Amino acid sequence: MAEAHIVLENVRKSFGPKQVLNGVNLSVPKGHSLVVIGGSGTGKSVMLKCILGILHADSGAIRVAGENVLGLKGSARDEYLLRFGMLFQGAALFDSLSVWENVAFGLIQGRHMARAKAKDIAIEKLGQVGLGADVGQLYPAELSGGMQKRVGLARAIAADPEIIFFDEPTTGLDPIMADVINNLIVDCVKRLGATTISITHDMASARKIADDIAMIYRGEILWQGPAKSIDTSGNAHVDQFIHGKAEGPIQMDVLKP
Amino acid sequence: MNILAHIGRATLSLLMEIGRVALFLKDGLLQGLTPKIYIRQILEQMMRIGYFSLPVVGLTAFFTGGALALQIYQGSSPATAGTLVPNIVALGITRELGPVLAALMVAGRVGASIAAELGTMRVTEQIDALVTLATNPFKYLVGPRIVAAVVTLPLLVAIGDTIGIMGGYVIGTRTLGFNGAAYIKTTADFLSLDDVTSGLIKAAVFGFIIAVMGCYHGFNSKGGAQGVGRATTNAVVSAAILILAANFALTSLLFGN
Repeated sequence: MAEAHIVLENVRKSFGPKQVLNGVNLSVPKGHSLVVIGGSGTGKSVMLKCILGILHADSGAIRVAGENVLGLKGSARDEYLLRFGMLFQGAALFDSLSVWENVAFGLIQGRHMARAKAKDIAIEKLGQVGLGADVGQLYPAELSGGMQKRVGLARAIAADPEIIFFDEPTTGLDPIMADVINNLIVDCVKRLGATTISITHDMASARKIADDIAMIYRGEILWQGPAKSIDTSGNAHVDQFIHGKAEGPIQMDVLKP
Repeated sequence: MNILAHIGRATLSLLMEIGRVALFLKDGLLQGLTPKIYIRQILEQMMRIGYFSLPVVGLTAFFTGGALALQIYQGSSPATAGTLVPNIVALGITRELGPVLAALMVAGRVGASIAAELGTMRVTEQIDALVTLATNPFKYLVGPRIVAAVVTLPLLVAIGDTIGIMGGYVIGTRTLGFNGAAYIKTTADFLSLDDVTSGLIKAAVFGFIIAVMGCYHGFNSKGGAQGVGRATTNAVVSAAILILAANFALTSLLFGN
């Protein structure tokens, strides 16, 4: 078993009276791909944002490569963030910048690389996600949803980060484009040897990109195990979720007519 | 009892909002105006805030100068009109109407645009994406807008003052029958450097208010399109009220006994 690269210990986060993370415990070995599954509003995105420091966890510990990273500030925080790449659910591309400038943004602003060199790398990364150099000159508004996701992926891997987060990478895409994105994620992660955490509702995506799967429910990790054992987890919540059944321990608050 | 509860809630809400603005201002100044400085962003914002506001500020100043000349002429005797019209047009424009009207027009044009742009960036996770790319949003988004607004508003007002006085001159000479050379001489004799600089100081303060209100409301917008719309309205309304209040305070300070 590889050493733990990302560890969350009893992480809690609330917004006013609403407790979103209720003591999350999670461990991701170096070079592994963990997929966190769970319904909407169960705390998946909040968990990722707490690891990145975009949101501040109320308590607990978050260790990356053995170092507790809660409360990092200033240059220490900038250094920490340079280790990450992230693909956002809606791609979160900067509207005012061209595609290549989006991909090269972290290289130019975060790593102070010369624009010409950063542009070459951006074009190379666009090629790795199946987009030509001509796309680099376009603006995000001129791209389809699938192309925006690919550009987001190129931006996430532009600096060859050691950790990559994927937030709902296939949401809103047709099944074929979703599979294309899944393949690209698997290829990129293999090439970089990165540790990844993905969050998704899409079980086909989870099965394809995960080494391990964890299920989050009401701000707690209910189950974590190898992806291949998800069908025999023996956990009623996991079974209900992966089979997409309305009946089971997870009850949606739906008003009956 | 209900009325008291309403007043109490409104007061608490106002105090909380003031507290939030103060905290935002602290981050905006401490993080946004300290290195790293994004020169490219500052120049880009100076173009957007200053250069592209020239037509609207120029037209406003021209028509205001003309209208002022007509009104002063109506209120003065034929014997004194030749002196009063150029004097009061110059004083009114440079001390009060030039900076206030330019600021209100820029608040409508630029304050709304800043709030809408940053608000959209917030709800589409572009601001979070900046953080994951090791770029401080206060330095990259807020600082350049504050610097650009504080620098360009006085320049805009200086140009607006000139055009406003020219508006008075055009109406004075073409409609009211004043001698052109005498009009210019009276204006030059009466106008002091203090009149102009007081207006420029006001303009810098108004620029600061416009940028801070636009950034604050945009940065804290939530709830999708409706939230961005609300942020835009709040940015313009709050900036307009603060500009008028600050104008009163500055006039008392600069010209009071």
